[in-house]
Amino acid sequence: MEIDPNRRRVTAPGYHPPEELPTISGDRGLDHEEKLIFEIGRDGVTGVDLPNVQVAATRLGGQQRRAAIGLPGLSEPEVIRHYVRLSRMNYAIDSGLYPLGSCTMKHNPRLNEKMARLPGFGDLHPLAPASATQGALELISQLMNWLTQLTGMPAVAMSPKAGAHGELCGLLAIRAAIQARGETRPRILVPESAHGTNPATAAFAGFTVDEVPAKPDGRVDAEALKAKLGPDVAAIMLTNPNTCGLFEGEIIEIAKAVHAAGAYFYCDGANFNAIAGRVRPGDLGIDAMHINLHKTFSTPHGGGGPGAGPVVLSAALAPFAPIPLLVADKNGFRLVEDSNAVPAGTKPFGRMCAFHGQMGMFVRALSYMLSHGRDGVRQASEDAVLSANYILASLKDVMTAPFGDGPCMHEALFDDSFLEGTGVTTLDFAKAMIDEGYHPMTMYFPLVVHGAMLIEPTESESKGSLDAFIHVLREMALEAKAGKTARFAGAPRLAPRRRLDETQAARKPVLRWKRDELPQAAE
Amino acid sequence: MSETRFTDSHEWVRLEGDTATIGITKYAAESLGDVVFVEVPEKGRKVSAGAEAAVVESVKAASEVYAPVGGEVSEANAALEAKPATVNDDPEGAGWFFKVKGVSSADFTKLMTADAYAEFVKGL
Amino acid sequence: MRYLPLSDTDRSAMLARIGAPDMDALFRDVPRAAHVKLSAFNLPDMQGELEVDRALTKLAAKNIAAGAGPFFCGAGAYKHHVPSAVDHLIQRSEFLTSYTPYQPEIAQGTLQYLFEFQTQVALLTGMEVANASLYDGSTATAEAVMMAQRLTRRGKAILSGGLHPHYAQTVDTVAGLQGEIARSAVTPGKAEDIISLIDDQTACVVVQSPDVFGLIRNLRPIAEAAHAKGALLIAVVTEAVSLGLLESPGAQGADIVAAEGQSIGNGLNFGGPYVGLFATKEKFLRQMPGRLTGETVDVDGRRGYVLTLSTREQHIRREKATSNICTNSGLCTLAFTIHLSLLGEEGFTRLARLNHAKASALADRLAAIPGVELMTEAFFNEFTIKLPKPAAPIVDALAKKGVLAGVPVSRLMPHDKAMENLLIIAATETNTDDDFAALERALKEVL
Repeated sequence: MEIDPNRRRVTAPGYHPPEELPTISGDRGLDHEEKLIFEIGRDGVTGVDLPNVQVAATRLGGQQRRAAIGLPGLSEPEVIRHYVRLSRMNYAIDSGLYPLGSCTMKHNPRLNEKMARLPGFGDLHPLAPASATQGALELISQLMNWLTQLTGMPAVAMSPKAGAHGELCGLLAIRAAIQARGETRPRILVPESAHGTNPATAAFAGFTVDEVPAKPDGRVDAEALKAKLGPDVAAIMLTNPNTCGLFEGEIIEIAKAVHAAGAYFYCDGANFNAIAGRVRPGDLGIDAMHINLHKTFSTPHGGGGPGAGPVVLSAALAPFAPIPLLVADKNGFRLVEDSNAVPAGTKPFGRMCAFHGQMGMFVRALSYMLSHGRDGVRQASEDAVLSANYILASLKDVMTAPFGDGPCMHEALFDDSFLEGTGVTTLDFAKAMIDEGYHPMTMYFPLVVHGAMLIEPTESESKGSLDAFIHVLREMALEAKAGKTARFAGAPRLAPRRRLDETQAARKPVLRWKRDELPQAAE
Repeated sequence: MSETRFTDSHEWVRLEGDTATIGITKYAAESLGDVVFVEVPEKGRKVSAGAEAAVVESVKAASEVYAPVGGEVSEANAALEAKPATVNDDPEGAGWFFKVKGVSSADFTKLMTADAYAEFVKGL
Repeated sequence: MRYLPLSDTDRSAMLARIGAPDMDALFRDVPRAAHVKLSAFNLPDMQGELEVDRALTKLAAKNIAAGAGPFFCGAGAYKHHVPSAVDHLIQRSEFLTSYTPYQPEIAQGTLQYLFEFQTQVALLTGMEVANASLYDGSTATAEAVMMAQRLTRRGKAILSGGLHPHYAQTVDTVAGLQGEIARSAVTPGKAEDIISLIDDQTACVVVQSPDVFGLIRNLRPIAEAAHAKGALLIAVVTEAVSLGLLESPGAQGADIVAAEGQSIGNGLNFGGPYVGLFATKEKFLRQMPGRLTGETVDVDGRRGYVLTLSTREQHIRREKATSNICTNSGLCTLAFTIHLSLLGEEGFTRLARLNHAKASALADRLAAIPGVELMTEAFFNEFTIKLPKPAAPIVDALAKKGVLAGVPVSRLMPHDKAMENLLIIAATETNTDDDFAALERALKEVL
């Protein structure tokens, strides 16, 4: 007898399933359970019709595969149904407000998708001759112009494939610039509120990390930072607006002090979407900043990528940008891909990846920029900041805002002190939002705030949508404080899955399906 | 006669002769939550007092276990790698991490007593 | 602006609730000197969808797409037919517009396909475990080298001369920080001696197969030699379809496989986004970079998936993380997984055989042209030929005739005069006999 592991229900002690009458199938209306493709597929079925060509092994160097791979066979309708069913288990911006602070879940225009799929971009080979790729190079050049204009920086390295990759690129440029000066500076200062990628990248690039404390108002302690500067400091890495959703007001003085100490200023540009079109990082004294095209410029997050992380560079760092370099001359555009034949005055530190970066993301980002224009980019930043402040102002009497006295930027930050004594944790509160039809906010980040809840509504929500969200959070906070905690304990109840056992997953990792994995009978 | 002492990074040390047994305290185990992974040092490794010697991870946190006293690793509790839950079940007993030999008693007596550690935890 | 739902009336009402007189009040923390006016930006104002579509379509039309004519470029990026269902499915809102699955209760769709992806990659590469993808093949290779450096506590990496030069440069740039990066000789179409370079300081040997010249390498003796010195073998694959016909790197003794997955499900995209495949042995799991999805159960005992072993990652480990990687290639992994699900065992192995048959037929045809020499004897769907004169001008001349003839080796190794006449040519299931005839004819005309 075959027992389908998907139907296995080991009921936890004391748990009563929400359905009064469990269904026979285990499915519930539009919610279908779905097996793995390996459990659906079988031999003798395929979703792609191809001729059965036999090949002689004479040209394979004796290396032809001997064993079967073990891939399951499925027809096209089965594959489509499988992935459509899986898709329905996901929350998405298109289906609801996605207030994930620091992640910027804004609307992803579909024009961008269409443009990226134009054959001239989507079906273009990276090593096709320059004469066959002039339009693509011109597009990159236009995007570079937008990025340098919006940031007020003279140069941009386009190849980094995501924000963290951009950080690495920026730090390697800084490292090269310091080496070119004949100095060694092993230390990098990182505020304790920084994204985890900052210290990880600094260590990765061979630096030691020195944390700078935050002040009680959520900003970096500029005095403490200045005190840590010295001839061994290569750079500081600061996020601005910072991870508490606040603008670092002393940033210009910080930049001056950093430069006076002979160090460079790396800005984590994850939150550029709050200020694009209103503030130019170049005016603040920044030397390098990555731009997450998937945040500020709306390229889709796609369940965790692909991203793109171009890095804008100051005049001091520009010569060290990695290959390839894009140049224009009388014959049009071309890429300089050879570090031994670079333009005078440039000294690329190396190469970040094969080819020339995330072209598919470049097309989408430029499509977004051209659609918005400079005025729309500015309006988008303003609306994002306005919406976050609207949420902050509407909730700070029932939730607690650790830095709630002044305006925030594009994110409203709350801590868990309003839940003190209720028995409800930040995690419970966030998971209960799932039952209300919302994706939770970012939780427990930034680390400098206890039980942090970081809400980023973005500019993509209508006032009606914001009001509905505010209403739900207000009621939830009031219920928690009134001791009505039923909806928090064990939430979510209504999602495709309830809380998952992460301990089991980590103690006995099962990271792939195996043919011999026979399901055990329930009970 | 053995005595147990403690560190402000939440390790406990039990000294018998010149051999110290080291683990993480009940308080540390509870703060970490369900321990899912433990890495212990290889036998023969020389560790100095305060050096990183082992790793303990829960689902959401990872932290180093420091050698509170210097010496040579004489034994490691390899059973933890297969059954990390032991750290939660019996942190100051079967959940020990490693033993160090050649420990100076001066190093040991610098550490907190059980009472001092209890006071220290109360203040956190 | 069509993407912005707030009206001016809404904005005023919201400012009133906030108690701010105007928008500037919300930006009061920004130093006065840093406020800029719109006129500071020499950029256009907003445009309608039609105008943007027109402008970008015009740019796209200046390029020669792979599908526009006879096309033979490879060298790390390959033109394959992607079934229509793939693009349809990856554009579903629930996949396209979701974030990294940090809330597993409402992200089972993403988590389950990542689990399927990890399984597929492990099967293809013949390895025990695979992660949920890295950026691309080149960055995966650099990560593999750094992982080997951590595992062996040695610094030296030996890169095969047949490793794609962009990959080698990426490794140099990133892993070069942790130790010496050595390189074996470049011998187009022939296996170089790499074994004699391995010593007891070597962390890893990095061998691409098929290599950048298309040559299929025998990894077994290299794996044995590396293991004898306590070093690891990193196998690199840039054409994932080859795994349908060739012995897997795992079966040949590789310790880590770093591969480019673009060929399956993903378009050429002028170089990105692509998808890095990364697989290894279970015993090295803790040192593996990137995200992992694992199976578990929810409180009702129902099977589900979560991101797991995340203590290796940057958001917890910070400066002690195995890698600084944060995003993976989410949607590209989905395209990979769907395409491979459609293909299945039968489709995938047929596809691989078809590719080899096409390339083999083309190689025969080109080798018969006087003055053309076939350099690569054992190949999958890509080989190198030697022309009687420099290849780059010939490729340019053929591009003017609408034929994209391949990648001149000088594009990748510009300073090696000996490489000047070499041309790397790929053929896939998308090529027809007419394409072959067109290339043959065009080559004869310019030679």
